[in-house]
Amino acid sequence: MTKLVIQSIKLTLVFTLLTGLAYPLLVTGIVRVFFHRQANGSLQRRNGQIVGSALLAQKFEAGRYFWPRPSASDFGTLPSGASNLGPTSQLLQSNVLARIASFRGTQSLPDGIPVPSDMVFQSGSGLDPHISPESALLQTHRVAKARHMPDTRLETLVTQLTEPSQFGFLGEPRVNVLLLNLAIDRL
Amino acid sequence: MNIHNFIELAVFFSLLIGLAPLLGRYMARVLSGESTLLSKLLAPLEMAVYRVGAIRPDEKMSWKKYFQAVLIFNVIGLVSLWILMMIQTWLPLNPMKLANVPWDLALNTAISFITNTNWQAYSGEATLSYFTQMAGLTVHNFLSAATGLAVLLALTRGLRHASIQELGNFWVDVTRSTLYIFLPLSLIMAVFLISQGVPQTLSRYATAHTLEGAEQVIPLGPVASQVAIKHLGTNGGGFFGENSAHPFENPTPLTNFTEVFGLLMIPASLVFTFGFMIGDKRHAWCLFSVMMIVLVGSFAVSWWAETQPNPVTANVLPQLEGKEVRFGVMNSVLFATATTGTSCGAVNAMHDSFMPLAGLMPLLNMMLGCIAFGGVGAGLYGMLMHVLITVFIAGLMVGRTPEYLGKKIQAWEAAWAAVAILLPNLLILLGSALSATVSAGLAGPSNSGPHGLSEILYAFSSCAANNGSAFAGLNANSVFYNLSLGAVMWVGRFGCIFAVLAIAGSLACKMTVPASPGTFPTNGLTFTLVLLGIILIVGALTFFPALCLGPIVEHGLMISGRVF
Repeated sequence: MTKLVIQSIKLTLVFTLLTGLAYPLLVTGIVRVFFHRQANGSLQRRNGQIVGSALLAQKFEAGRYFWPRPSASDFGTLPSGASNLGPTSQLLQSNVLARIASFRGTQSLPDGIPVPSDMVFQSGSGLDPHISPESALLQTHRVAKARHMPDTRLETLVTQLTEPSQFGFLGEPRVNVLLLNLAIDRL
Repeated sequence: MNIHNFIELAVFFSLLIGLAPLLGRYMARVLSGESTLLSKLLAPLEMAVYRVGAIRPDEKMSWKKYFQAVLIFNVIGLVSLWILMMIQTWLPLNPMKLANVPWDLALNTAISFITNTNWQAYSGEATLSYFTQMAGLTVHNFLSAATGLAVLLALTRGLRHASIQELGNFWVDVTRSTLYIFLPLSLIMAVFLISQGVPQTLSRYATAHTLEGAEQVIPLGPVASQVAIKHLGTNGGGFFGENSAHPFENPTPLTNFTEVFGLLMIPASLVFTFGFMIGDKRHAWCLFSVMMIVLVGSFAVSWWAETQPNPVTANVLPQLEGKEVRFGVMNSVLFATATTGTSCGAVNAMHDSFMPLAGLMPLLNMMLGCIAFGGVGAGLYGMLMHVLITVFIAGLMVGRTPEYLGKKIQAWEAAWAAVAILLPNLLILLGSALSATVSAGLAGPSNSGPHGLSEILYAFSSCAANNGSAFAGLNANSVFYNLSLGAVMWVGRFGCIFAVLAIAGSLACKMTVPASPGTFPTNGLTFTLVLLGIILIVGALTFFPALCLGPIVEHGLMISGRVF
């Protein structure tokens, strides 16, 4: 019994060294050489200043920018979060109806065109960096108007920045909102 | 349901079925103590571990000794991890100066990682230092998976050995599986994940000034090294609170594919490892088929339910509440099915916001004990308990003493197999019933109506089956839930392990009798169907009433537009 306890303590220490320090530090060391940008959070810089991460959504409310999906944590990162509202939630129902009306109004959407689902529902991470290509295209008119440029110019840009399913079959087509907004600031 | 979704599924399952026998063969060699490709590199390290631990690798343990080793090793791990979290603020690698974790949350989290559950009542990025994540949680991601694998090995030896008492050496099983299986695979997967955008750094969090002039803190850390083993070891505890929905844990559809594959890979391969070790590959294919049918059936129901419109939310489709655009509905449902079919519990979408019947299937997967393909080791030894019950019942029907792989299955084995199956069920129903009656329990659910009950049921199912996924609307970080769910995780894990080792010990002592015309063959279609039937009947009889009060009634109310 005492022997088992001593062996347990020793092995816990040995494996803490191996799997808790050596392994993560080895991985950290390897990627300093090869994947420096990715390993540090895919940070985006403009004029030397960090403006965000390509992988994390940030809040956009101004008319001159494309808007991300609604976030349950209001784009907070410490921690981020989802609504976790169930399919029969009254609160979810009223949120959804309000978002449909608000998107219709702010984008001056004609009656026949439905509001895309990704602008109606909150993401799982609260930091979804993407929107669907449809949601991006429906916002071009508003953004173009605020920037006094033709709609078609932004539509072309959205199409250029649309990422298809990976290898043609993995995941769904999408547009990265931060990268799109950085691109229109450069126009 | 687009064509590219079906292509992905075809690629996914072909790869899984193709790779499982190969990896299974490799693991059989490693776990039998044979030398492999990696031996030159790792054998010196292995010997060093034995030297430090004063372990004689050829010393064999009886089932009682083996259980003692499992239990003591895990209690030591529990206590050290618990203390580590409660003193983290005074330890190194805490660049964000995070405070010590409160005792009840630390205890719950320690139990959760020791038992391979990885239930998270906290958000890592706001609660845990880099040191706690690395030297605490990552370590037990490895060791809890190794413990599950070791117990499976002991059971396998019990079935294979004849008329001797010993079941192998627990220390050797843990050491070899960690060094030769989990570490090399994790290293490869971690580097791959980083190449796709998963952070791996010891620097403090970055601060960004957003385009609209706000400040955004960008949480970082040694994420990839933990995420890799979180999947390979079917652990499921995320570096971040939002787990694999968080873009830093799962940035692209390709990482998503890898993570789902990674969490199924070892459990699926272990079925073949078992087949090689007992020398009956056809039996392995039968078990593999049953697991695959449960997995695919569950996936199909969930996917269908998730593509139906919901009148409550204006029939907007696709259902993207709690889901990420890059994954879409199919990848979210596939992840949810795989993570609950195994005991992984990582999530890439919020199960709480699934349609009632789509949330029902992950719940049912856990109620069935996470056996498709189950946690590392735990899934298969859980499945073998159902196998014992199956041959026992088949034996009763023809009126002769049942055998399994040449070993007579008698009262002792049947009784302990029943304990292993019914104990988690009891914990789920009693725990949920208690929580639904006391005010501390009722304070948990954030959703009302039947969905509130589903949240409670889900929590206890997840903890009893050592899964760890959640209907995360439940506010589980309270003393009541930290302690009750902690107890359920512990008893669910080590109660089952005790039963399994008791059976293994008894089987090892028995003679192996040759198959006779009266033996119920365990490698044919009849066996496969009877086993599947028993699993479903036991699960349905136990849980149908509870499920009716939760997701099933919610489905009916949702269709008629009722809200709560």
